[in-house]
Amino acid sequence: MSAFNHITHYAALGENKLMGSHCPACGKNCYPARPLCPACHGSDPEAVEFSGKGKLVAFSVIYIAPTAMLQAGFDRKNPYCAAVVELEEGPRICAQLVGVDVKQPENIKIGQPVTATFLMRGEGEAARTFLGFQV
Amino acid sequence: MTIRKLSRGVAVVGVGMSKFGAFPGQSSRDLFVDAFQEMLASVDKGFDPGDIEALLMGNFSSDLFENQGHTAPIMADWVGLTPRPATRVEDACASGGVALRQGILAIASGLYDIVLVGGIEKMTDLPIERVTDTLATAADALYEVPAGFTFPGLYASMATAYMAEYGAPRDVFLKVGLKNHENGALNPKAQFGQRIAEIMEARKKSAAKKGLPIPEWDDEMAFLKDERANPNIAWPLRLYDCSPVSDGAAAVLLVREDLAHRFTDNPLYVIGSGQASDGAIHDRPTLTSLASAQKAAAAAYEMAGVKPADIDVVEVHDCFTIAEIIATEDLGFFEPGQGWWAVEEGKTARSGVRPVNTSGGLKSKGHPVGASGVGQVIEIWKQLRGEAGERQVPGSPRLGLTHNVGGTGQTCVVHIFERR
Repeated sequence: MSAFNHITHYAALGENKLMGSHCPACGKNCYPARPLCPACHGSDPEAVEFSGKGKLVAFSVIYIAPTAMLQAGFDRKNPYCAAVVELEEGPRICAQLVGVDVKQPENIKIGQPVTATFLMRGEGEAARTFLGFQV
Repeated sequence: MTIRKLSRGVAVVGVGMSKFGAFPGQSSRDLFVDAFQEMLASVDKGFDPGDIEALLMGNFSSDLFENQGHTAPIMADWVGLTPRPATRVEDACASGGVALRQGILAIASGLYDIVLVGGIEKMTDLPIERVTDTLATAADALYEVPAGFTFPGLYASMATAYMAEYGAPRDVFLKVGLKNHENGALNPKAQFGQRIAEIMEARKKSAAKKGLPIPEWDDEMAFLKDERANPNIAWPLRLYDCSPVSDGAAAVLLVREDLAHRFTDNPLYVIGSGQASDGAIHDRPTLTSLASAQKAAAAAYEMAGVKPADIDVVEVHDCFTIAEIIATEDLGFFEPGQGWWAVEEGKTARSGVRPVNTSGGLKSKGHPVGASGVGQVIEIWKQLRGEAGERQVPGSPRLGLTHNVGGTGQTCVVHIFERR
């Protein structure tokens, strides 16, 4: 049984933590955590908590939203920013970027520092914590 | 390093496609029948379909688009090919190109002499939200989609990375679409067989007919920069930066190389084939190129023994306008960061030094995802045989290349064809 998977990933986010993995054999860090090191195939990656600090690599302000984001209240009149962030530990991850002016995307600067934030989406039993970043 | 070659040569001796577009009331099997019949008629010296030994069918998601899994034997049955083996090949939007590669490998293996490669997708029956969700299944459902990414959003983030890295302006993307509509207007099979200027005129006429104020634009770029005419989908990409939702089918007949002249005096020979995979978009060191495309292209060039400069005509996977620019760099036609300049300078136009997507590309011709990679071969067939009509490139082209991407580059497959 895998020590790390999407269940442990989202459970950690529910505790406001970014739990990644570190391969003692080759030193590679992964986020989300991986049960098998993709770089050296080592099978003993260790759990490690990442700082949540990183920099913005790429983004888009999304006007035509998928169903899950429509249900979260986003649409053409209320677009949101989705981003790729590089964590200071090395790995990159996709997450919503908040605290930016989505009406002026030309002012969102790639390379700027961002920090993790924890976003609740969904209602009742479907409610879940998602990773976000803020500038 | 050993250069990998096919054990037996493979040739294309017939091609066919349905029109690409939105066809309510037609299923993918109806569209495949159109493609199959056109393929049969295209074989110069005639062909008995009973001689086909196997069918490989590129299809992304008939399951979600049409509530139909197990599609390949249905298609085989519909065109009278049972009991021959029929296999569906799925690699998202690269399904067609990968089916082609599997067909080539099946002949090269020695198992078959004559193989039919098909591609189908019937996308327009679903409401747009469910189309968006279905396409998103080609991304990482656990870690990309929950971040709010859509397919336009993922390519848009490549666009912001490219703009930041190379200083490309947002509006250059629109020029890719403008060019591909110019080409598609000359392709009777294209979903949008209109130039942007013709679309502008149609908008004006429609407004006049409805008694609404008639919109005015100074030129095509003014139209494309108008938020009302060309709304944001995923900034920096607008509607006309995105390929459409499409229905369509395509078919390509492959034979063992030494049988080709039994069917035609003008076959195309498959001289290069390469394919590569990659992780999800967040797991890549750069977003301004696709490592899978670079690796697939390197393998295809090496097998073919040719260089990028030798290629005469090319069909690339322009699911979004930024994707065409990145593709022309990944394929080695332009240096990294120079692809957008090439667009500005008109180098990729039909009359340019490096014509790209003379068919109209996915943008104008349409993008029925499982059929797209097979459809690309049809344009190369027409161009290399001098049968592309008004959109024929000059100079008797000899080498053609196809570049078909799955997802955001988790798959890429490249083929090189030669007319001898």
